[in-house]
Order: sequence, then C-alpha cells, then structure tokens
Amino acid sequence: MPNGFKVLKKEQLAPGIKRLVISAPLVARKARVGQFVILRVDEAGERFPLTLVDWDAKDGTITVIFQEVGVSTKKLGLLHVGDFVKDVFGPLGNPSEIENFGDVAVIGGGVGTALMYPQVSALKEAGNRVVSILGARTADLLLLEKELAALSDELFVSTDDGSKGYKGFTSDVLKGLLSNGRRFDYVFAVGPTPMMRAVAEVTRSYGIKTVVSLNPIMIDGTGMCGGCRVTIRGENRFACVDGPEFDAHHVDFRELMSRLRTYEEEEKTATCALEENLREMEAHA
Amino acid sequence: MPKLSLPPQLMPKLKVEERTRSFKEVALGYDEEQARTEATRCLQCKVPKCVEGCPVNIEIPAFIKFIREGKFDEAIKKIKEKNSLPAICGRVCPQETQCMGKCVLGIKGTPVNIGALERFAADRERSVAVDKPDVAPHIGRKVAVVGSGPAGLTAAAELAKLGHDVTIFEALHAPGGVLMYGIPEFRMPKDIVMDEVRYVASLGVKVRTDVIIGKIVTLDELFKMGFEAVLLGTGAGLPSFLGVPGENLCGIYSANEFLIRVNMMKAYRFPEYDTPIKVGKRAAVIGGGNVAMDAARAALRLGGEVTVIYRRTDEEMPARREEVENAKDEGINFLFLAAPVRFLGDERGWVKKVECIQMKLGEPDDTGRRSPVPMEGSEFEVDADTVVVAIGQKPNPLAVRNEGRVKLTRYGTIVVNPETYETDLEGVFAAGDIVTGDATVISAMGAAKKAAEAIHKSIMKK
Repeated sequence: MPNGFKVLKKEQLAPGIKRLVISAPLVARKARVGQFVILRVDEAGERFPLTLVDWDAKDGTITVIFQEVGVSTKKLGLLHVGDFVKDVFGPLGNPSEIENFGDVAVIGGGVGTALMYPQVSALKEAGNRVVSILGARTADLLLLEKELAALSDELFVSTDDGSKGYKGFTSDVLKGLLSNGRRFDYVFAVGPTPMMRAVAEVTRSYGIKTVVSLNPIMIDGTGMCGGCRVTIRGENRFACVDGPEFDAHHVDFRELMSRLRTYEEEEKTATCALEENLREMEAHA
Repeated sequence: MPKLSLPPQLMPKLKVEERTRSFKEVALGYDEEQARTEATRCLQCKVPKCVEGCPVNIEIPAFIKFIREGKFDEAIKKIKEKNSLPAICGRVCPQETQCMGKCVLGIKGTPVNIGALERFAADRERSVAVDKPDVAPHIGRKVAVVGSGPAGLTAAAELAKLGHDVTIFEALHAPGGVLMYGIPEFRMPKDIVMDEVRYVASLGVKVRTDVIIGKIVTLDELFKMGFEAVLLGTGAGLPSFLGVPGENLCGIYSANEFLIRVNMMKAYRFPEYDTPIKVGKRAAVIGGGNVAMDAARAALRLGGEVTVIYRRTDEEMPARREEVENAKDEGINFLFLAAPVRFLGDERGWVKKVECIQMKLGEPDDTGRRSPVPMEGSEFEVDADTVVVAIGQKPNPLAVRNEGRVKLTRYGTIVVNPETYETDLEGVFAAGDIVTGDATVISAMGAAKKAAEAIHKSIMKK
C-alpha cells in the first residue's frame, strides 16, 4: 500500500464530528462487531484506535465516526474524499459477545451514540428486545438518532443542557427506567469514561450484566506496548488484545480516567502546532 | 603481515556533551585508515576461532584480509555471503562474547575489533553501491514470512537468494521489528535499518506492512493463497511488568511503550511528530539488560536525571559492557541491589516515588548468576516522576493465539523441531525470539538462516 487507504466518502454529522468511509478491503473482510482499527493519518502521525461503526466486505470499505478532539482526529477530519490515510491496521480486539440475552439496554454518550449502532444492530439480529439510550452535551451532538430509532424497540434521549429529551445523563434515564420497574438482562455502554462508570454504578445494585467498550491510550494494538493496560478485577489486562470490551463492574474506572489524562498538556501543544501550520499554509495559499 | 605492535584502533565516539541532548549515533565508526590498521592486526589464523564464535559463520579472516588490502567491495561481498544485515550486526551484535570473544589476540591483549570492521565494510557500501549478490534462478515457490525483525529479514533474504518468491507480512506500519521500534537511533540509526530492508527487498522480497497475520489473514488463508510454507518470526514483543502495587500510575511505562514512542513514533521530535512522551526531572529505569540501557539513555536525552535500579550488582548486569560504559559516561546513575516493591503516586495519579527493598546476593540460580534475596525491613524510597520498567520481554504469539494448532510452551514460546524448525502444524516454521524467548539480534538471525535452509529443503521435497 504505497499511498495508504483511500477516503471514499466524508460527511459532517455534527459540529466537530465526522464520518469517513475508507477503502480497506482486508479489514472489511474480517471485521466483526466490537472491533477497532488503528489509524495513522500521515508520516508524522500518531497511531490511534477508532471503533469500527460499519463495514462492507463486498465493497471493501470500513466506516469510522470520530470527534475532532486532538491532533490526530483533527488531521483525520482534514482529509478530503480521494485523500489517503497512511495506515489502517486491523481489525483488532475481540469481537463483542452477541447473544439473545432477552431485554437489553444499549447506552451511548457523545460520539458513543454512533459507536452503539453496530451493537444495537447485532443485538437486534440476535433476537433481543433493545432499548437504546442516547446522550450528548447538546441536541446537535446526538448522532445516528434516526437510524437507531429505526433499529431499536424503544429509544430515549438525554442532553446535558436539556435541548432535547431528558435534561441530564443517560445513566439517569437508565436509573429512572429501573426504578420504575423495568428489567434488563444485559446492558452495554459506550462513550466517555465517566458515563460508562456512572452506568456501571447504576446497574451494579441490580446485578445486571454490564459490558463497556474501553478507550485507553493505545499505540501498537497488538499487545506490545502495554500502554492500554487497565485493571480488571484487580488484574492487569490489555484493552487491545484482551478487550476492548470488559465487564463494567470489574473495571477500575478511576485509574483509567487518570491514565487518559496523561498527555493533556501535550495534546494542547500538538493541537496548537497543527493550527499554526494550517494558518501558515492558508497564508501561503 | 600482521603487526602485533600496532595499537588497537578505538571506536571514535560522539563527545559526551554532544550526546546528552541528541539522538545522533554515538559510535561513529572507523575511517578507512583506522579500518585498514585494525585489519592489519588480524593474525589470519589457519583455524579461525572467531568464525566458530559467529552464529552465522561469516568468514571473518577472509573479509578482514580484504579490508587490509583495501578491497572493500570484496570485503562486503564476503560478509554478505553469510549475513544479509551487516550494518545492523556490526552495531548491535555482542561481539565480545562471540567472534571477538574467541579471537586469540584477546588471550593476552585486545582482540581484533571485528564488529567495527564489519560495520566499516557495510557503511562504506551504503555510500558506494556494490553489486547485488547472485540470486538463484527463480523457483517460483511462495513462502510467507511473518514479522520483519532480524529473524524475518534474514530468512526472507536467504529464501530469496535460493530463488523463492517471498512475502514478508509486518503488523506495524514500518518494517524492521525490534530494530525499528526497540533500539534507539543513537545506537541503531533508522536510515540504516531502512537501507537493510531495501537491500532485502532488492533481492525480490515483497514487504507488506499493516498486515497482522492471525487477525486479518489466518495461517490457513495463507496456504490457500498459495504459500507453501510460513515462517513465524514474530519476536519477543510483549512487555513484562513487575506486578507490584501502583504500577499503573501515570508516568510509568513498559520499556516497550517508552521505546516505541521514542524510536518508532519519533516522540523525541514532538511536536514535529505527533506522538508525545513525558520524561520528568527524575527518571528511574528498572532492569539491567540492553533494553534498560537503551531506555535509560533515551530518558537522559529527553529529561533530567536518570537512575537505573537493578536487583543484582554491576557484575551481573546482562547488558553489553560497552552500553553500560556509554550509559555511565553519559552520567546515568546506578542503584544496585535494589528492587521496587511498590510505586507511590500523588492525588492526580502520577508516580512520585519508587519504594525499593535492599537486596543481597544469595546462591547462584539455574542461570549461574547469584540470585538476589530481599533484606527484610530495608525498604527505602527513591524519587521518580518517570519510571520505565525494563525487566524483559515475552514472546508475542498473537499470530497463533486463536489458532490452537501450533504448540506453545508455558512461557508462550513456539515449540519447534530443533532440526527442521517446523512447528506441530505442517508447513509452519518458527525462528528467533518467538522460539527462544528474548535473546539477541544475531541469535535470531542465526536460527532464521537455518530455518530458511530447512524450509527450502522441505518445499523442494514436495
């Protein structure tokens, strides 16, 4: 792959949130629900993981949806249709355990509302009754709401600012349903770490099996670096090869959240450097 | 004629003050005059012991003679008959325990610096193009090599020279394996690794990156694609951790993560390169091997004070003496007979201190080294805001993890027939650290060469 992996489609889903369809035939052929890829946008780029939202073995394409939060996602968002992503590596991680649990709740927060799509789709296909709970900071940032509504048996929306649906968090919605007597056999959550932790706390007292898709800092994705290590039931696990999905009730979320902040300062430095480069390029253009 | 009176030629090195803030190569290599002088010291033994000490049996006296005579093209050709990666081996082989360890001049004085001469011949070739070696007529049998480190590159080159159609599958985005991600620029410049990879490619070997065998393509699929043999050379790339409390605090890296960030992702050039690394005022590196030395010297170039914490003494350190001396010259501190028992952090989850326990040396263990014994009640604290855990790497069986048909030992290494290098699964071979556990570049290359011959035999029988 001398040029890399071609961007075939690009779409802005919400402010700062983009969907890319990328040509990656080998990855598309093997991808399963719950797996991720590691991308490197250009020669100077970081390796960073993105969960696969969709794939098409026939067309040889994969779909990723991402929020432009750091230098790498910003760079990815700058690519146009016809441009190449330098490296797409995967599919990595273990596929989700999809079975007919019965009544399930799938919860997504922020960009996680997009990442829950393949879960909802697979869980429906397996015969589950699926309640989807979507949450975002504000109504603009809710993703794939229509698609998820079409797939789910029921759908709830929450926003932090109350601009749509329930004003508050997805975990509050779940808590409300449970305290009103709703019963779930299985809960899946994907999104910001504090949200996943809150969901885990809600379901813990009900003893509901709860699985979360973790997003620690990762480099190689093959078990080499140990950067993505998380403490599960007091033991070290690598999210890349042992995960990325784990039993939420055994995850040390506090440690994960602190490790996720390791490079806060450097993220700012790198983003500033990128923005400065862009301004210079514009000035020359 | 050899002149015993000639002084051994010292390897010129970058000045210490230039090293501590730069990733430039430290050992600078001989110039022509030095190389020829050093070559003149060789006694040209009739029964050369040095060759016995070389895992790939380079005809050492022969190439040294060429250097002495100024026939540098012939010298490199002679080396490449046996070794496809001389610029690498000349730099990172532990010659002192191999070829040079056997040199008869070493009995009473200083052995010939064979490593430096190999490197000279290889580096000179990089600046002056030399003809490719003869490649046998194309046989057209397809062989897949999994991993592009020392074992993979060597096996691929050997098989290509025998006329096979070889494809290397590399999981990471750049070929080279540990040479790329593990060994820092100041010891193994990446341009040189890439040149060696290009040389292997020039023999007709195809190199495919971003392909992880076992995940994206299974072994069965490789056979369906027409490959008649598969060589697993996936190395020892899994990090070991101490398993003590606090090891997941921020600022604590496995040596692999630390070195991958620095070497492969070029974090030392952040923010020109996007991958960051954080090295604070006081870094502690746990371990005493070559990887620990690499991590310590990289940390020194990126931060402040660096202390290596090792549970035995200076004498037992498994790192090459040369690298220990380099580390000491550069101002790295060593704390011997100490082992971490836990890491202490601040309220934000960042490491601040390493709590160590004093050790004393007890009886020799099965490796012959005296094993360290903790001294009860001797705990003490060392300040550290960055920690690198460099206590060894484990084999990476990801390629066969879901396979279930390739037999692994309890250490995760792959079991092979020692004669044929074949695993339990017909047509699947393995060589290098994935078989032996973490060892040296050259031992992996030596095994890969033999495995390539075995693969050739096996295919040609079909």
